[in-house]
Amino acid sequence: MILLETQGLTKTFGGIKANTDIDFALRVGQTMALIGPNGAGKSTFVGMLCGRIAASRGRVFFAGQNISALPAHKRIALGMAYTFQITSIFANLSVRANMVLAAQRVLPSAGGAMEARIDDVLAQIGLEERKEQTAADLSYGHQRMLEIAMGLVQAPRLLILDEPTQGLAESEINRFVAVVRALQERTTLLLIEHNMDVVMRVAQRITVLNFGQILAEGTPQEIQNNALVQAAYLGVAPDA
Amino acid sequence: MSDTQKSYLFHTAVVVLLAGLFFVISEYSAGRLARIMVLAVYAMGYNLLFGYTGLLSLGHAMFFAAGIYGFGMSVSLLGLPAGAGVVVGTAAAGVLAAVVGLLALRTRGVAFMIITLMFAQVGYLVILYLGDYTRGDEGFVIQPVQRVIAGVDFSAEAVRYWAALLLFALCLLGTALLITSPVGRALIAVRENEERAGMLGYDTHGLKYFAVILSALLSGLAGAAYGLLFGYVGATFATVQYSILALLWVLLGGAGTTIGPLIGVFFMSYLIDLSSALTDAYLFIAGLALVLLTLFAPQGIAGEIRRRGARWLP
Repeated sequence: MILLETQGLTKTFGGIKANTDIDFALRVGQTMALIGPNGAGKSTFVGMLCGRIAASRGRVFFAGQNISALPAHKRIALGMAYTFQITSIFANLSVRANMVLAAQRVLPSAGGAMEARIDDVLAQIGLEERKEQTAADLSYGHQRMLEIAMGLVQAPRLLILDEPTQGLAESEINRFVAVVRALQERTTLLLIEHNMDVVMRVAQRITVLNFGQILAEGTPQEIQNNALVQAAYLGVAPDA
Repeated sequence: MSDTQKSYLFHTAVVVLLAGLFFVISEYSAGRLARIMVLAVYAMGYNLLFGYTGLLSLGHAMFFAAGIYGFGMSVSLLGLPAGAGVVVGTAAAGVLAAVVGLLALRTRGVAFMIITLMFAQVGYLVILYLGDYTRGDEGFVIQPVQRVIAGVDFSAEAVRYWAALLLFALCLLGTALLITSPVGRALIAVRENEERAGMLGYDTHGLKYFAVILSALLSGLAGAAYGLLFGYVGATFATVQYSILALLWVLLGGAGTTIGPLIGVFFMSYLIDLSSALTDAYLFIAGLALVLLTLFAPQGIAGEIRRRGARWLP
């Protein structure tokens, strides 16, 4: 069953085409990595999926519903969660308050269910000791982990992670991979990622964007052996 | 003791303290404190929008004025009973906010300040233009006989104090409850990081619109109560000065704290009083105090207290 689908999704900024006619499909339960050189249009693409960026044309379907005209908050309410490439948390609030804001829309605060879930996610991500700390006082790596935790705590049907491991230390990356692996059984994931090691460890399928278009799509193995992809990344001519 | 319990205890203590004060202070001071409490309700309305939701309006006097004129004109021109007048005044502010909010919220930041300022100027000029009914600058007095609800005369000194306290207490507790509720937390999320709030599934525009209307309802209620308790209605309340005052009170007392508005109005009222006893240039002293406070306690008095340890202060 397909959870997310786009048809002819296009974004132009003035004369520049950031994305051109992208037809994309993501199956329920799949972990898809979206890769591509800088400026390939990856962030624009996911921006259009979750409604942060208005598409110039094309359509987006989520669980069979056409969501092209919905504003971002309504798409999120349908069960998408998005973590920002550039950390975007509530810096002046405590870690706990950040988590409550992410969780309260989906979990009732009465009866302690929300608190328990927050504790659970914070423990998973390694921030349980820092619950009362102000988010701005956290280290950069911890802020990134909080950003991811805010996505997790919503228990979304689709979690979109925009370059989650950017700037993380090796140990934090390992923890992130472990968290994603545990999550893979329960939810669908779309991951924009530059770190190919992470991609190969967690992705079941990979979509490659180049110059705003889909260059290739397949299993990690297929993508690794794809001559077009090698050319795009390494700058070799496909028939060389 | 949990943070919620501390907060309940604190707010109850404030109300009890104000109730107790009535028995020890002079009649003159009681009248003054009643005025401070009513204006604090206005400041609470302002604080809801500015302190909690992060929208800086420079035109809130129009909502206070809508309340005071809605009350005054419906009672004196239409002959409505005072209780109905309070409802009309409050509703007038709400309706005005529903229209102004719709347009002003298309902008943000500085543009929002200017738009609200302009709307308030329009309101002020309309009051002057309709001088035949509003009595313009000179204003009009509402007779004590028109200030009676259910047989209680609100022009009486003691009644005035207790009515102001009741109104203040309800609004204080109401704000405290709202701010610690999921909706209140969402308003704070809009203030802190609007884009993030939207990407967590909150309808940020809807929340801001809600805040504008609720803020105006509180301001209008304060205006109507002012008319009821003090019996004077005038265009002064619609001037830009009354919009700026609300901002100053909230900044002084502590934006985004429930108790800040009361502290701000109280502090400012006595500051001007004490300094005008010393010199004619009393506004200079008031201004100096403001500058010093902004330099050394930019989060206001209650904000500074919260920063220095009372983190539970809502």
